[in-house]
Amino acid sequence: MIQINAQNIHQKLRTYKRSPLSLVLLLLVVSATIITVSVLLFIIGYILVKGIPNITTDLFAWKYTSENVSLAPAIINTLIIVILALLIAVPLGIFAAIYLVEYAKRGNKLVEMIRLTTETLAGIPSIIYGLFGLLFFVTAMGWGFSILAGAFTLAIMILPVIMRTTEEALKAVPDSYREGSFALGANKLRTVFRIILPSAMPGILSGIILSIGRIVGETAALLYTAGTVAETPKNLFSSGRTLSVHMYVLSSEGLYVNQAYATAVVLLVTVIIINWLSNFLAKKITKG
Amino acid sequence: MGKITINNLNLYYGDFHALKDINLDIEANKITALIGPSGCGKSTLLKCLNRMNDLVENCKITGKILLDGEDIYNIDVSLLRKRVGMVFQKPNPFPMSVYDNIAFGPRTHGIRSKVKLDDIVEKSLKAAAIWDELKDRLKKSALELSGGQQQRLCIARALAVQPEVLLMDEPTSALDPISTSKIEDLVLELKKNYTIIIVTHNMQQAARISDKTVFMLNGEVIEYNDTEKLFFMPQDKRTEDYITGRFG
Repeated sequence: MIQINAQNIHQKLRTYKRSPLSLVLLLLVVSATIITVSVLLFIIGYILVKGIPNITTDLFAWKYTSENVSLAPAIINTLIIVILALLIAVPLGIFAAIYLVEYAKRGNKLVEMIRLTTETLAGIPSIIYGLFGLLFFVTAMGWGFSILAGAFTLAIMILPVIMRTTEEALKAVPDSYREGSFALGANKLRTVFRIILPSAMPGILSGIILSIGRIVGETAALLYTAGTVAETPKNLFSSGRTLSVHMYVLSSEGLYVNQAYATAVVLLVTVIIINWLSNFLAKKITKG
Repeated sequence: MGKITINNLNLYYGDFHALKDINLDIEANKITALIGPSGCGKSTLLKCLNRMNDLVENCKITGKILLDGEDIYNIDVSLLRKRVGMVFQKPNPFPMSVYDNIAFGPRTHGIRSKVKLDDIVEKSLKAAAIWDELKDRLKKSALELSGGQQQRLCIARALAVQPEVLLMDEPTSALDPISTSKIEDLVLELKKNYTIIIVTHNMQQAARISDKTVFMLNGEVIEYNDTEKLFFMPQDKRTEDYITGRFG
């Protein structure tokens, strides 16, 4: 049998000769893709090449000393701050979004205000959140440079992200699901928790993953709030540095640039693992 | 006295007077069809009967609607919707398994026992004539079914809470002819146990399946009669014009 929908190169060229603009567009999109991918690959490759040879068992020693510049405490701090910040921001953000989409009346002035505010907050540079954290949590609340102050500051920073993505995810749930649920006699509470939230879960989770990325990559806001002590915290009021902060300190001191590259590799791997884990969880939850 | 009695019902969406002085007496265990051109208020009227208009902002309703002689605004809205089920124009199964779709209603009304739920799921699917097609796929997502199957699943889902009245808002308009005829057969079968009110665009459908027909125009009931009489001896000139295809 002869395949009739296959085009050979001559036929394709003839098509492009007839409309040269589409050839230009093709070249443009292809080259844009190549540039994007190669920049990304170059960065990752560069970090891996520079970092992997510098990964030693010393780097993972339990205690940090100025000889081994261990990053184990930083890994632990990172995990604690991620979990704490999510614990604070995720419920708040999701409930606020539920209010905006499911409860507030459409065209409500207050809702418009809240929306504008969250959009503005999402665009503020993180160092400003850091400054606020320093003035409010560290100084006014008297928590000092601490994991807790850092987690709260980052929670505020990611709140608009979680709110916005959840809001979009809720809006994308078809109204016919709501109607169907109400028509069976379900009340609002049941409709929201049994029908709408499960359908919106993938969208909400992508917002959470995005937030995790921002927390893990954050330095400016943490320098001011969680401090730079390179120890595993004794309690929530101890100061502690995350991986990104650790990397920043190492490279700014200028003595441990190689170890900074090694930290970058670990950071990269951590982010990949967290993303993979969140995706995995998302699939588990949505399949229910 | 009928199953549902509507007295002097008026409905406004903001300034728009959508339903004007509706008086109807809907008989039990009959199929009543609502016909009329688009925008005449058929669906709006249907949605009054299970208070779905409560959800619409700026909607004002006056008059009385009685279910078995009881004002529907004195019945708890959840119980009312349990007694008056609804099937929508576009099949709207929830994004969950076939089983969970059917069990959603009974669970809402407090049934937790696995044995009871199993029984309800089987009976509802059988009543909707789709048990044989789905009995091996109860754990599969309802979204994988064909459109016609989805709509019969939605009918089964509505039946699972044991309603007395079934409201159907153009239930076949999104379906192919074969699925449509399956649903029509099903509706005829269901009338033994349920009072059915069906909105339809399709006059042949109304003529084929309904016992009573209501013809509406611009928010008013123009004529309400036995289906045969309405189609063969329309009393009103406008009804005649509509069913002979002179407008609409």
